[in-house]
Amino acid sequence: MQKEIIKLKRAPSIISSYSVVGKKENDGPLGDYFDEYSDDNKFGMDTWEKAEGEMQKRAVMGAMKKANLSDTGVDVLLSGDLLNQCVGSNYGLLDFNIPYVGLYGACSTCAEGLALASCLYSGGDFDVCGTVTSSHFCSSERQFRFPLEYGGQRTPTAQWTVTGSGAYILGEGGKVKITEVMLGKTVDMGITDINNMGAAMAPACIDTIKRYFKASELSPSDFDLIATGDLGYEGSEILIDLLFKDGIDIRKNHNDCGLMIFDRKTQDVHAGGSGCGCSSVVLSCDILKKLEGGVYKNVLFIGTGALMSPMTLFQGMSIPGVAHLIRLER
Amino acid sequence: MKKEDYKDYVEKRAKKSPLLKNVTFAFVIGGLVCMLGQLFMDLYLYLQIDKQTASTLASISIIFIAILLTGLGVFDNIAKFAGAGVSVPISGFANSISSQAIDSKSEGYILGVGAKIFTIAGPVILYGILSGTIYGVIYYIAGLWG
Repeated sequence: MQKEIIKLKRAPSIISSYSVVGKKENDGPLGDYFDEYSDDNKFGMDTWEKAEGEMQKRAVMGAMKKANLSDTGVDVLLSGDLLNQCVGSNYGLLDFNIPYVGLYGACSTCAEGLALASCLYSGGDFDVCGTVTSSHFCSSERQFRFPLEYGGQRTPTAQWTVTGSGAYILGEGGKVKITEVMLGKTVDMGITDINNMGAAMAPACIDTIKRYFKASELSPSDFDLIATGDLGYEGSEILIDLLFKDGIDIRKNHNDCGLMIFDRKTQDVHAGGSGCGCSSVVLSCDILKKLEGGVYKNVLFIGTGALMSPMTLFQGMSIPGVAHLIRLER
Repeated sequence: MKKEDYKDYVEKRAKKSPLLKNVTFAFVIGGLVCMLGQLFMDLYLYLQIDKQTASTLASISIIFIAILLTGLGVFDNIAKFAGAGVSVPISGFANSISSQAIDSKSEGYILGVGAKIFTIAGPVILYGILSGTIYGVIYYIAGLWG
């Protein structure tokens, strides 16, 4: 029987997390809180793809160091990025002697990884699970849009891919626990504009949130924060508006990782940040720290992904979205 | 909500690109690019070069500047404001080819640069030649009838 909410029998805690970002992200409002940043967006590598892998490597090493773990202390590593065949993860994590599982959920991958790692832990066969995601503006731009130096104009609803990687170690002993998981269903409402991914992902997010509140019999006011990642400005407005029309009011406690990471007024990012590095580094450097510090006690974190490829776009197919939810409690 | 209703809803609420601002910038900067071309043309004529060669050299000069600015990473910043002002003149064509070449370098000179250099410019070249050929054939047949 299909379950709506998975209430984890053995809830994992987040033992440690680590965020690595590029220069633009470090210049943003959360700049002081990331664990590591590089002025060199190539992170010392010779291609953008290798740079993305290097970020993942640094993020995982950082998280393991914080948790005082060696390779053999981690049971599994779940990882994903935006590149074809997940090469950022595949190559970036080659040096680790840890069983590896590749994931693709576009910008929802961080939540997807945390959700799956929590389920593995809860099942009892895995005691320490690592999960990491990344995105890189330059490698994504090449794959999904135009060459970097191509001169074009962006529309106001376009989002800016975050250069960053966030890693998490789940297990016993951390202050913040993942207590519930709800996996998203793919929803396609016919949006074909790659420059309005917020609108493409919002319906999936609405579906997940509505299902969650119906099944849990809770309301938005039971949470300190409902964080989505990354709907950007356009998607967030749609989410808030349409949920409100359905009687769910998240206006007071909603925020979006794509809006938190950049200053839209000064950083020329149009509708905000995106990419599976975005929600990953924002959760690590901001939301998690506030949970650990007691500012928040109860948070819903919902990763939203736009599941298209350049090929399907050219074929005129619309963009399906998916939104995975986890509940974080202190 | 039905798909069609949702698409309408999204389209209605999405902020549009600033049309007047973009068109004005494109008009002014596009005009400046053409003026620069004319300056080159006048310079070459002044240097006693014949008109047809001077015209070709003027185009090549604009192409050179566009590619140089692309390589220096400046062109995309100008295009952000200038839009069609720099993409419609031959500078845009030069940028679309050179930016793709720079981007594809990591995949090597054959399968990278060689195979992908015309990814953006390719359609312009293909349909430019095709429509030119069709026009030529019509022109030829019309000429037979005198």
